[in-house]
Amino acid sequence: MAQTVLKVENLHKSYGKVQVIKGINFEVKKGETKVIIGPSGSGKSTLLRCINQLDRIDKGQVWLEDLEITKSHIDINQIRASIGFVFQSFNLFTHLNALDNVRIGLMRVKRIKEEDATKIAIEELKRVGLGGKIHNYPAQLSGGQQQRVSIARALAMSPKLILFDEPTSALDPELIGEVLEVMINLAKEGVTMIVVTHEMGFARSVANDIIFIDYGTILEEGPPGEIFKKPKHKRTAKFLSKITQLEGEKAK
Amino acid sequence: MNFFEFAWSISPKLLQGSLTSLELTALAISIGLILGIPLSLGRVYGNKIIYTLSTIYVEAFRGTPVLTQLFILYFGLPSIGIMFPPFTAAVIGLGLNSAAYQAEYFRGAIQAVKDGQMVAARSIGMSKIKAIRYIILPQMFRLVIPSWSNELILLLKASSIAYMIQVSELVSVGRQIASQNFRTFEVFLVIAFIYFVIVEILNRILHSIEGKIKIPGL
Repeated sequence: MAQTVLKVENLHKSYGKVQVIKGINFEVKKGETKVIIGPSGSGKSTLLRCINQLDRIDKGQVWLEDLEITKSHIDINQIRASIGFVFQSFNLFTHLNALDNVRIGLMRVKRIKEEDATKIAIEELKRVGLGGKIHNYPAQLSGGQQQRVSIARALAMSPKLILFDEPTSALDPELIGEVLEVMINLAKEGVTMIVVTHEMGFARSVANDIIFIDYGTILEEGPPGEIFKKPKHKRTAKFLSKITQLEGEKAK
Repeated sequence: MNFFEFAWSISPKLLQGSLTSLELTALAISIGLILGIPLSLGRVYGNKIIYTLSTIYVEAFRGTPVLTQLFILYFGLPSIGIMFPPFTAAVIGLGLNSAAYQAEYFRGAIQAVKDGQMVAARSIGMSKIKAIRYIILPQMFRLVIPSWSNELILLLKASSIAYMIQVSELVSVGRQIASQNFRTFEVFLVIAFIYFVIVEILNRILHSIEGKIKIPGL
């Protein structure tokens, strides 16, 4: 039985009077790729931001391995350094080139010497296929390349898991493939990932487990075979048929 | 003596005055820079108390004439036993005043940095202070250069107001010369030209700095 990397228990989050997350529970095992799907506004992104507490949670607990990271005395910066986050809009540091984007966390957060940080950063940039672009600034890179740098930035910190918040949603269709390819390789290498996405092809072929979220609760959870072939819930079936229909139209 | 001979004959005195003006401007802009950064950070990231204090400072100095501020410093404070020499009073007054304006330019530039930058910095484990130091401020400085250049030039020209508290800066030297020979028109024509040349040089320097630290591709 693989080790549990992340455990979320009874998580609640509201913005003002609007309840966005209404008691969510799940676990992620080491090496697992967990894909979260669901309609827009269902709370998927908020859930990710609550896990590394970029958003403060109202109620519930989050464990990273054996440590409850929602306790008040926890050094959240240290925790965040061990949880990668990949944003929909990349959020690369605009004044830094690819190399510096990847190594700044190593140098300023982990206090690794410049020489060693540079080695690690170059290695990670090569891993996402950007070994030849290390001196390019974000504005000199395509969206797909920027997102791959941001994956390298997350990987460089040797995180216990990486959270992907719709990593391909801001990309032109022809650039989605290169980012998905990197993510597929990471999944194969056994990187623990939680991926919020609308890419059903990715979900179907890469996910070990899919969570369907609607109105801030988990409606169902299971391996792709189950969720896609015989969803238990009407809402899931409806959502999937809508999205597959869209993909069909795209294919035409 | 024709105009050019006259201009040449008064140039040593004017040079002395110009240097005083430049010195005054350099010191005041530096004080403004050193105080303006924390003030702007207080306005953007401060808790309620820090925000309120920095806002009061900025509003007080922007809401009153700089001449009044200088008079309070130079003529007012001696009545409670605090006395400054003219030049010191001018440096302090113009510096404190400039801090308020610079704080506003810095604040605008900080707010022009995209929110995602701070979020991304926090997501890799940077504290808020580290994120400001390594991510926000380096971008802020690049964004602020055009408006900061403006402040520097305004301050150089406004430094002539120190004439009112007996500082021997450029305008004050001009007044002295004109009172001796009554060639007021020519004296101030030369002085205007000197200001113009200095402003042009400053503009070029700042413009070249802006070009050098520009983010590639943007």
